[in-house]
Amino acid sequence: MDWKGLQRELAAHGYVAGDDLAMALHLTVALGKPLLLEGAAGVGKTQIAKTLAETFSTKLIRLQCYEGLDAAHAIYEWNYQRQLLAIRAQADHDSAIEDRIFSEKYLLERPLLQALRQAKPPVLLIDEVDRADEEFEAYLLEILSDYQITIPELGTIVATTKPHVILTANGTRDLSDALRRRCLYAFVEYPDRKTELAILHARQPDLPSRLAEQIVGVVQALRKEDLEKKPGVAETLDWAAAISGLSINDLADDPDAVQATLVCLLKTQADRAMVPIEVQQRLVGKAA
Amino acid sequence: MRAARFPERSTIAERLAGFLAHLRVNGFATGLGEYETAMRALGEIDPIRPSEMRSAFAAVLASGEDRYRRFGDLFDAYWLDHRRMRERQQAMPAPNQERRHTTLLEQSLAGNNGGGVVDAPDNAGDGEAKSSGEGRLAGVRTEQISKIDLRNLVSSRDLAEAQRIARDLAAAMRDRRSRRRKAARRGAMLDLRRMARRSIAHGGEPFELLRKRRPDRPVNIVAVLDVSGSMSVYAGVFLAFLRGLSAVHTRTETFLVHTRLVRVTEALRGDEGMAALGRMSLMANGFGGGTKLGSALCALAEQYGRNAVNGRTVLIVLSDGYDTDPPELVARALARLKKRGARIVWLNPLKGWAGYEPVARAMAAAMPHLDHFAAANTLDALAALEPHLSRF
Repeated sequence: MDWKGLQRELAAHGYVAGDDLAMALHLTVALGKPLLLEGAAGVGKTQIAKTLAETFSTKLIRLQCYEGLDAAHAIYEWNYQRQLLAIRAQADHDSAIEDRIFSEKYLLERPLLQALRQAKPPVLLIDEVDRADEEFEAYLLEILSDYQITIPELGTIVATTKPHVILTANGTRDLSDALRRRCLYAFVEYPDRKTELAILHARQPDLPSRLAEQIVGVVQALRKEDLEKKPGVAETLDWAAAISGLSINDLADDPDAVQATLVCLLKTQADRAMVPIEVQQRLVGKAA
Repeated sequence: MRAARFPERSTIAERLAGFLAHLRVNGFATGLGEYETAMRALGEIDPIRPSEMRSAFAAVLASGEDRYRRFGDLFDAYWLDHRRMRERQQAMPAPNQERRHTTLLEQSLAGNNGGGVVDAPDNAGDGEAKSSGEGRLAGVRTEQISKIDLRNLVSSRDLAEAQRIARDLAAAMRDRRSRRRKAARRGAMLDLRRMARRSIAHGGEPFELLRKRRPDRPVNIVAVLDVSGSMSVYAGVFLAFLRGLSAVHTRTETFLVHTRLVRVTEALRGDEGMAALGRMSLMANGFGGGTKLGSALCALAEQYGRNAVNGRTVLIVLSDGYDTDPPELVARALARLKKRGARIVWLNPLKGWAGYEPVARAMAAAMPHLDHFAAANTLDALAALEPHLSRF
């Protein structure tokens, strides 16, 4: 499959990817290198991984990163309770107990190890990698370049199949160069008007096209305002669902109801105060 | 090496190598690994079409938002003949942001070699710079210099002292909320992994209780130093202070403010930090004009702070609060940063003067948002910050 084909497949599964992004995804699959996606919150970075998994009809294994994430939660952990029991049960007549309790049977797989041991290459999503600390990045390096994990007691576990790895980052902190150099890269922007219309159409095909244009117009205009949290693509979709749920056919018809639905787009009080009903109507008027 | 002028029959490999050199000149870190990946990528696309090649190379070679955005132009400049000359002229003089910044800086210095050069030592007292173990401060002990207003103090020894205090302060500022745990003699949690192993010797009896605890984690420090005319007498020592902070504390971001916000984190760090310090002290004196503290803080809150300021950040503002922007701007910026969870410390050298009231309008506007407001006109005052900062 070339990159155009991948782009079409993704679109068929409801994700509209620009040329650059589709190419980056294609190379990730073709070259077997991880892909690092950066961009503001809400541009659909996580969704890419989900859609890619659907497209390949394979498993999505997700590791949500957070500050303080460590190997025990990300890679593997020994099952201590079982180990202790096993030692007690066999202490008297087995001297090779140490070999036994540090074996596969007592190993708990966490997402990263899981991803290396699938029969069919899964999509491994390492979400918000910049939230984890630098030490964790170092753990990742071995996995991302060689697709293997070293467990001191067991030895090195090599991937049975190479997973398609997607990392996302929001710019909480700068990622190390070592990590960057192991990854392909794409910066994901908010979609432009045309792309966002296509996304909305892919997700909610029933929406009248005039209404869809209004909705996208308002959201695009809102993103240019000085808001604390700019509405992302997910917000657009939520809002469209709310509007059609209320059977509103034209945003100009019922300003009060539309104002009430703005909770889908504006997620802080200050932002809501920035868009009173007059501003909302002006935006709608422009978008029409 | 400059952007290639293609010889008649150069191979694609040679051209690619030339392109990578072209990128390196423009501040990209493209090495052999990238070359190899790019060659492999060529096999996966239709290299006849420039747009495909551009997308593919962007994914392989441009990591980071800034580079990704600039990549299109750099690509066109090199590969597409008709635009090459024009783009080259634009692209060449500005290798990368840091370098461009230094050049600007040097230009601004060229006409201004006047007085006020801070006597910067070559090596910032590395020998004695080890912090005193428990993160306690020793600055108070050195009587002779500790009571003098920082204005009178620009000798190299004092700069070294200021750096040392900064280091101790940085060591004192620790964040105690961590989720990762480390083995420790005393701690709240049992370390099951080590216990299981040790218990083998006791026939499976968890005989020894081994523990782990949460280690302290460093806070992120964002320091903003006002280097306008009214502050320039203090700038040298404060820069030494910030240099000290950056040296021990890798999570320190440093900014200068005069009429705009300048990021100097990289310039302050590294081996040539003291030289950079001298340059920046010069620059601080060069900009004797008004301060635009309000808009600078807004820029910080909106651009840098949007991503990097979080609940673990301590924002240190070093300013006398004299501002030519409307005071609401300072209040708004601080309110925003505060909302992101940052703790805000304002160090005002004027506060140490007898009878000082925060009457400067920006200062008054900032007061409600501050977690700690302190004098910073003597080394004692800087040293006295420790209990406040370590409590955070």
